[in-house]
Amino acid sequence: MSVQEYTPQAFHRQAHDALGNPQIRANFRKAMGGLMDKRREAFAEWDLETLRELGANIRLRALARLPDLLETLETNCQANGIQVHWAEDGDEACRLIAKLCQEHGAKQVVKGKSMVSEEMHLNAYLEKAGIKALESDLGEYLVQLNEQTPSHIIMPAIHLNTDEISTILHDKTGLERSRDVDFMTAAARAQMRERFMAADVGISGVNFAVAETGTLCLVENEGNGRMTTTVPTVHIAVTGIEKVVEHLRDVPPLYALLSRSATGQNVTTYFNMIGGPRKPNEHDGPREVHLVLVDNGRSRIYQDNELLDTLRCIRCGACMNHCPVYTRVGGHSYGTTYPGPIGSILMPHLMGLEATKELPSASSLCGACGEVCPVKIPIPDLLVRLRQEAVGEGRGNVPGAGVKRNRTEVAAWKGWQWLATHPRAWRSGTVIAGKLRALTPSKLGVWTEHRTAPKPARTTLHALIKRHRRETNS
Amino acid sequence: MSARDNILRRLRQREDGPLQAPKSDFGVMTGRGWSQEERLARFERLITSVHGEVQHVSRENWTQSLIELLKTKSIRRLALGKTHPIAQEARQALATADITLVDVDRPIEDWQREQFENVDAGLTSTGGAIAETGSLWLWPTEDEPRLLSLVPPVHIAVLEANRIEDTFYELMVNLGWSKNMPTNALLISGPSKTADIEQTLAYGVHGPKELIVLVKN
Repeated sequence: MSVQEYTPQAFHRQAHDALGNPQIRANFRKAMGGLMDKRREAFAEWDLETLRELGANIRLRALARLPDLLETLETNCQANGIQVHWAEDGDEACRLIAKLCQEHGAKQVVKGKSMVSEEMHLNAYLEKAGIKALESDLGEYLVQLNEQTPSHIIMPAIHLNTDEISTILHDKTGLERSRDVDFMTAAARAQMRERFMAADVGISGVNFAVAETGTLCLVENEGNGRMTTTVPTVHIAVTGIEKVVEHLRDVPPLYALLSRSATGQNVTTYFNMIGGPRKPNEHDGPREVHLVLVDNGRSRIYQDNELLDTLRCIRCGACMNHCPVYTRVGGHSYGTTYPGPIGSILMPHLMGLEATKELPSASSLCGACGEVCPVKIPIPDLLVRLRQEAVGEGRGNVPGAGVKRNRTEVAAWKGWQWLATHPRAWRSGTVIAGKLRALTPSKLGVWTEHRTAPKPARTTLHALIKRHRRETNS
Repeated sequence: MSARDNILRRLRQREDGPLQAPKSDFGVMTGRGWSQEERLARFERLITSVHGEVQHVSRENWTQSLIELLKTKSIRRLALGKTHPIAQEARQALATADITLVDVDRPIEDWQREQFENVDAGLTSTGGAIAETGSLWLWPTEDEPRLLSLVPPVHIAVLEANRIEDTFYELMVNLGWSKNMPTNALLISGPSKTADIEQTLAYGVHGPKELIVLVKN
């Protein structure tokens, strides 16, 4: 199955196309409108700042002790009968998972929602290995049927409206055309139930991995996650190494923040805590549980005190829901697994700045993402830091640092700096600029595509102030 | 070197040096101070707001309410445990009713399709509930396996009214969960739902379409 291609390199064209697509704009406007209000209402009874502080502290504490916690997690998972595997990058994780599937003769696997599996393109890898991976979350299922990637980390099919979904289900599964959401949902339920029973392996992500108890926590509304991790004989959970928390009691505050930030729900329908495979006396549940811990660039982000904050993310998507850029161009425009503000600070680490140099600039720096982030990631600061990295003025810690460096721009700023620090040259320069204002160009490349070119004022500010003082004193 | 060793080495030899772990103050998760009546009212209000149904039943006569409920919902085949007092009382009361009781104390491999296609409802006990979010908590056992609360289209859960904690945090800490985690622990807050089709809520997408909580007072 070929997936419609979007790339971060083509961000500008993709964003331009999305802005010119009334359907996409209407779908996103409708979907995002209510989400901000719902989030605000869900926190109405809370001391939100204190809760965010706690959430941020829990994540920072986990990161401060990360290597130790990963070892504790491994030990306690193994004690619970969960087999733990480590992968340096997405390819290695894919190989590990494919091998586990092959060892069990799996031809069909069902998958719960997992962003890290999207990040490592697991479905495509499995398909090449002759294993069909079927997404079980309704949104993911629709997106997969439509041969697309998710456009939001919580609501994968948010870019599609009811009519489009009706057409997808009709074209791909032969379902009778209908605009009735209950009818379509019931049909998907029936289609999926057969797949749950037929699947040899269930693959899921992890929301929180608890070091203290070796427990894997999964947050969901549909029950597909519970099906995926309970019905097939083998359950493989895959997670980024940063998802670990120290104690079981660290989970309730993060869960409270996650469900309310993501969709404005007080709580999701299911909170599933997996503590191991079926015991000999138990009658259902998988007979084997595997946990695959994936680094894929995370330990590199971890080296830098500032960039490290990216790893606090609990994948709620609130930054997307509140971003004026995301809500207008949609998730596909970014061309990356994680779109929106979090994607713009995470993807440069995962893919390098050569491919993603446009993303840190896909922001008005309005600050909304940082304001709503439940774990207080200073996203705007990190966007600025990555812009610096891209023009070669950071610490060079991100792959591809300096890729956006432009000699003319550097020379222009150097010249500006010299002028601004030499008062005599500045004064005569501004006077001359004022006299020559008719000669300034009206087109300045991309800048003037949507803006009017700046023109020096007839009279300088200094001269204006002088005149003003003279007049008020006389 | 293995991937494991490489990853751990990189994390331990951090360029910017060791990190300080901040202390966490969990005060915001406690101190709700609700009375038992408030807890129950809150639980009921929240779980009904997400499409759960609550029926208040008497401690002595709850099985009578169960029989009426099964009749109203046209439930013919009910799956339930055997050893939990709830299951025992239900089995006793339903022995004479026109209801087929489906045993769940057998390996799922032997009756998977039957469970997916021929069971109208599953009856489970609950460990208790959480007032703050309107959630039930369940620790599936060999008597009440994991899928009993998930696969049948209707889930009937029995809750003791005096087993409602204020918050998830307090439930976990007060009951010492970290010392004693089972193979599977669940919070359930309403029937299965989705809003993936243009944000329109639909129930029963993969799990139960209906969740009915019988609260024993």
